[in-house]
Parts: sequence; C-alpha cells; structure tokens
Amino acid sequence: MSHIIAAKAGERLLLMGNEAIARGALEAGISVAAGYPGTPSSDIIERLAGVAKERHLYVEWSTNEKVAMEVAAAASFAGLRSLCVMKQNGVNVASDFLLHLAGSGTRGGMVLVPCDDPGALSSANEGESRHFARMLEIPLLEPGDFQEAKDMIKWAFEFSEEIRNVVMVRSVTRLSHASGSVVLGRLPRTERNAFFKCDGPALDPMEGPVFSMPVTLKHSQQQKKLQQAVAKFEASPFNTYAGPENPELLIISSSACHLYSKEAIHMLGIADRVGLLKMGTTWPLPPQLMQNYLGLTDNILIVEEVIPFLEENVKILVAELAPQIGIKKFFGKKDGTIPMVGEMNPDLVIAALSKILHIENDAVPEIYTSRARELFSAGAPPREMTFCAGCPHRASFWSIHNALRMDNRKGFVCGDIGCYSLAMLPTGFSTLKTLHSMGSGTGIASGFGKLGPFGFDQPAVAVCGDSTFFHAVLPALVNAVHHRSDITLVVLDNSGTAMTGFQPHPGLPVDAAGNEVPAIDVVSVGRSMGAVVRVCDPFDLQNTQKTLLELLEQKGVNILVLKQICALSPEKKAWKPFEMSVDAPTCIGEKCGCNQLCTRVFKCPGLIWDKQANVSRIDEVICTGCGVCASVCPSAAIGKKEVA
Amino acid sequence: MQPTKLSKDPYNVIITGVGGQGNVMASRVVGGMLSSKGFNVTIGETFGASQRGGSVMSHLRISASSSWSPQIPKGTCHLLISLEPTEAIRVLKDYGNPGVTVICNTRPIHSIGVICGDQAYPELEDIKSWVTALSESAWFIDATDRALEMGNPIYGNIMMIGAAAGIGLMPLDRQDFKSVISAMVAPDKVALNLSAYDLGRELVKR
Repeated sequence: MSHIIAAKAGERLLLMGNEAIARGALEAGISVAAGYPGTPSSDIIERLAGVAKERHLYVEWSTNEKVAMEVAAAASFAGLRSLCVMKQNGVNVASDFLLHLAGSGTRGGMVLVPCDDPGALSSANEGESRHFARMLEIPLLEPGDFQEAKDMIKWAFEFSEEIRNVVMVRSVTRLSHASGSVVLGRLPRTERNAFFKCDGPALDPMEGPVFSMPVTLKHSQQQKKLQQAVAKFEASPFNTYAGPENPELLIISSSACHLYSKEAIHMLGIADRVGLLKMGTTWPLPPQLMQNYLGLTDNILIVEEVIPFLEENVKILVAELAPQIGIKKFFGKKDGTIPMVGEMNPDLVIAALSKILHIENDAVPEIYTSRARELFSAGAPPREMTFCAGCPHRASFWSIHNALRMDNRKGFVCGDIGCYSLAMLPTGFSTLKTLHSMGSGTGIASGFGKLGPFGFDQPAVAVCGDSTFFHAVLPALVNAVHHRSDITLVVLDNSGTAMTGFQPHPGLPVDAAGNEVPAIDVVSVGRSMGAVVRVCDPFDLQNTQKTLLELLEQKGVNILVLKQICALSPEKKAWKPFEMSVDAPTCIGEKCGCNQLCTRVFKCPGLIWDKQANVSRIDEVICTGCGVCASVCPSAAIGKKEVA
Repeated sequence: MQPTKLSKDPYNVIITGVGGQGNVMASRVVGGMLSSKGFNVTIGETFGASQRGGSVMSHLRISASSSWSPQIPKGTCHLLISLEPTEAIRVLKDYGNPGVTVICNTRPIHSIGVICGDQAYPELEDIKSWVTALSESAWFIDATDRALEMGNPIYGNIMMIGAAAGIGLMPLDRQDFKSVISAMVAPDKVALNLSAYDLGRELVKR
C-alpha cells in the first residue's frame, strides 16, 4: 500500500510537496483527479492513481490540460470534489475553458493546482500561473511549506464549496519537488453519489444548467464570490507574521520565497530588525490585514518569483490605503533589488537585505572562495545536457540530421516539447531550429509548408513525441493535411510520456490507474487523415535515412513514425540487448579519417575517447547496449554481441 | 523519538552527481533515515529533463527544531557526498567552506564536452588534491568500482551512504537504513544493499 495512505492520522511523514498535495486532496475526500504530465507537477496525479482503487477514485492522465480541466469540472457539476493538476504552461492551454468555468461557477469543490517552474529547471519557459487567477478572477492560494501544501488543499476544497467556484492553489518546483515533514490528518469515509441536476430554474446555481451566460449577471456573481474570498482571507490561518512590533523593514513573501526570506533573516541575525509577512492567500489580497502590517514600517521588500505579481498587487493596495498608512518605500523587482528573472534562493534575499540595511556579509573567507573559483575552472568541465546512453532520440536525430544534409536543400526541423527538445543542442546534432509550445512544431511546419508561392523550397520537417502527438499535434496535423501543406512529421514514438516519468497516454493500452483501455494508433490516425505514413526502427540507421529521404521528396503531408522504447523505461532499463566492445587494433583513431565519428560527432555518453591509446572505448557502467554506435563506425571497429 | 544532538543545527548536506546516477534515491534514503530518528528533514531536489546527463544536486537540511529552506545558502555545506569526482569541485565553488567534510566517489563520468574532445577531464590525483585543499577532511572511495564487483554500479550510492554513516558526523544507523531500504527495494535485494552499506562503513575506517 502506498505510504501516503498507509500512515495514520497524527503520524509525521517525510513527504514531497507533491505527495503532501495528493494527501491533502485525499483528506478532502476527492472523487476525481485529472491532469496532464509536466514537471514539476506529475507526481500528484501519479500518487493519486496509485491509490485509486483503495480510495475509490477516478484518476486520469487526460489528453491535454484543457480536457483535464473539463473532466474535473464534470465531476464538480455532478456534486463531487475534483482536483485538476498541471505545470505552469498547462494553464495557458486550459485557460479558455477556465475563463468560462470561472463565470459559470462550480458545485462540488474544485481545486486547480498549477506547479510553476521558476528558473525553468525543467521547462522551456518560466511563465507563471498566478496572473491567471487575477485575470480570470478566481481566488489564489500559495502554500509556504510542506505542511501547508497538504492543509491548504483541504481548506481550498471547503472554500470552493462555500463560494461555488474553482480555487487555484499554486505550487513551485522547490515545494513540489522538495520534501519535508508533514503531520497527517484523517482520511474521510465518504461515499458520494454523482448526479448532475440540470433541469431546475435557469439561473439556479445548484440545480439549473451550467453556463457563463447571461454574462454580466454571472460576472457580477463572480465578483461577489471574490468579495467573499477577501472576507475569508482577512482571517486566514495561512497568513502569518514573524518579527518585531516596529521593524525597520517588512518583507512580504509567499510560497518557497518565504522560506528563503526566513533563512536570510536567520543567516544575517536580523530577526529583531526585519519583519516577515508570509501571505498564503495572495489574490485577492485582504486589505485590512495588509493595512495592519503595512502600518508597521515605511520600508517594504517584496520577495517572490517570477513576475512582480505580489509586488504590483501590494502597490495598488498601498495607493488605496495611502490616507491611512502614508507613503511607503518599496524594494523588489521593479527597482532591481530582486532579479526580474530566474528562481530565487536564500543568497539573493541575503544580498537584497545586505544592500537595503547596509550589512556586510562574508560567510566564507575571500581566500577560500577565490581558490575554489580557480580550481573550479580547471577541475570541473561543464556538463552540457545530453540524451541518455541508448536513447532512441540520438539515433533518430542522427538520421534526420544526415538525411537533411544528403537532401541538400537546406531543410530544417521544427521542434516540440519532450526530451527530444534537447536536439537543439549538440547531443541532437543541433538539428532543431524552432522550439515553442506543445504541438507548435507541426503548426509552424504547416505554415512553412505553404510558403512555396513566395519562392520557399526548403523541406520543412516537424518532430513530436507520442504523447505530444495526442496533446496538441493533432489539430496542427489536420490543418496541414487540409491545406495541402508540404511537411514531413517525424513521430518519435518511445511508448510513453518519457520526460516526466512514463505516464501513459492515449496511444497506450493502459490508463493512469493501470486499467486496460483502448489504445489509439498513431499510424492509423495519420492514414485516416490522408497522410502517407511509414514506420521504422530508429536503431536501423540505414533504413530510417533511406525512408526519410524518400518522404522529403514527396509533396503533401508525410509521417515517419520512429518506434523504439525509451532507454529508461521500466521494461528496458535492466536489459542490455548487446554487449558492446571496441576492437582496439581495428580502431585506428586519428588516422582513420572518420574524425572520431563515434565520440566527437555521435557523442554517446556510453563511449570514452582514450587519448593515450588513441582509440575509442566502451564505458561499461553507462553503455546500455543499444548497438547503434556499431552502425556509426566506418571501420567496423565497434562490435556488438547479442546478450543471451 | 528524541533526536540525537547534531553538531550544527541545521546540519547541511549536499549529495551531488550526474543525472541518472541515483542522486534522488540516495537523498531520500538519507532523509528517511534521519526523519525516522525524529529530525525535521527538508530535502531540495532537482530532476526532470534538465538533468539528463547534467549536474544534479540534492540539498538536505537536518534540524532538531524546524524546517528550513530547500536550498542551502552558499558557503554553508557541512557534508558533501559526491557521486562523481569533478562534481565535488563544482559544488565546493558555491557551497564549500574551510570546515566542510567531503566523501567522494572516484569513478569519473565524462561529460559530452570531454567525450567529443572539446574539454579535458582532470587527472584523478589532481582532483583529490584540490578537493582536499578545499575541505577540512576528505574521503575518496572507489564506490562504483567496488559496486561493479558486487554486480551493479547502483550499489555505489549505498556504499557512499554507508561511508557517511562510518565517519559519524550524522546520526545514521544501520537499523534505520535497513527499514528505509526495505521499503524501497525488492525483498531479495535488501541483503546486498546492507552489504554495500557495511562495505562503505569499512572503507572509511582509518
């Protein structure tokens, strides 16, 4: 049994922030959870899927975030509590529905958890979800630690049912993917029945049909719900203050940034000079509570990530409260005290406090730091990101790259979101030339493919993974076929949502909770649209390149599905199909004329260039025995022996 | 349970290595062992696609009293467990200080810059002297090589945890290790993990 339900109420557990969120949802008695995988959010749905049977839940990995929110909303409309989870940019995908949902209102408690990724540790953006709460006018909560991550979720469900609207609880990487102590609450024994009442009076919020119309009436009801939220937030236990009665400086912070602020105050030993107001209810801000604390001092520092969201909202409040609290001096992102980009950490807060309060901070002797910097430049060569040893994408991009060069018409590849985004780097031979949002590679290629009348004759290739194909490539593909665009789409099918940890998707015969479900076949989908579809094993370099060259020659939409399971997938991980070896006398190194093709160009981390011996070697710890490098070597010096 | 006293509170540990080495699992084992001792443990991890072949760090904060930031302030690491030699140097640049203790695996993992010949990987003897110069005490363990003798390089991480227990700066004990690892691996693998842990402890006996 999963540890998040095995432990009893009152027990203290070391939980990841995402596990705490999942536990909070279970303590709130949810019935339905839906999401789309995306770091740093994925563990929440995974943990819930893992206990779906025991806790009588319906949990799904939806096709995309918009569908996930619709699925969760249906449960709410039927009177159940539902959780919807996604990474920051997922909210962009879901936002059109969210706008209308915020207008129509909800019934059973519904909580949206976006997990933002300040600093883009695992993202192609550091966009954030908080502004959606303000823009679409729904309440926003931000847990400040692991215990709150759990408690706030339960609170948010009750609150959602009070105001009959969706509530956003925003997490960030450093909470979602960090762990801390959490004292558990009780798991309820509730059997809920689902029924959608929809034949009551047209404007009855609990029994009528669910619409965002008539718009001005529903919008004014939504405004009233926000006023209810403000009243509730004035007395929320999630807003706390620590510090003296008359601080020289007041820090206002939220989320993980409040932990960095706490740490910085401790490091500098200034707890008697600086107050820390931790806000858990960050939109709409409660004005009375803010007035009380803003009145303590004239100097305010706002510590948050990433956009100056709290800063702007506080400044608006301060302008409104000016007759009562006077003029304040602000430090934050707008004046450059806190960086406008990237994630925060304790050191950035220490630097800000040192500057504002004129404190010297030299924790480590200068002689040590300068020596460490000097040794670092010689002793720690940079580590660029790379495809794993045995990754099918390295082989796929080797073929795509070579086919485009052989084709010789300056063809290029429009990238998409997944591990294969790394093909913008040397590990994928710098093959990708555009990279934007989920599905954009195919949409952009579809546009390039229509530029023929303007003299455009470069082959436009798009790539996408199998999960991305269903998420957002489908509409772009329909567009390309319908408009007779000339594109080649390469589907890098590695049998799972690999980047985020092998979550199932509609192309697989299994769902989030492990139930058998019908799989949707990429090849049949492509053919039914009228595209030419071919399938190859990317580890067969010769056949892949030959097929790709043929497809590049053809007009219209051509799809090549490159099918090979991810090297890290559970079924493949412990399995080495080939024992690889380099025959040292055959590898003639620099004299070969191959320019060390295997290491200098192919760059698999399973290979080592032995400078002294002037030959290539296999790193037995890292090599996964995929066998591809044997096809790369022009001297046939790399051998592969099938492992029985 | 009443926690044993820590030499520093919070006690700051960094486990570093290369994406794919098992850094996250190692930090959870150590965190789990100390949590079951009654300490407040906070672990900050980085993982996901950005970690494919890149440098990875886990930050552990151990405290008898409260939770701390999931990121350790620069220059305040007390114990560094490095699963790869050059990663120790990388971490010491930002988090090192004259009082830090280092336990370092000696098996290199070449970055693709090194594999393709654009960069040189330093000599192990040089790395050892540099790490020693930047720490109060440093221990070098052939963890991966010894683990290969046991049949799987992944036991190297467990050996490193055993070594951390062996040097005695944190209250890590074998019984806690056994219960934490038993919840994480298949029952038939517990004995091998215990042997790796014990070997790690042996390797730091001076």
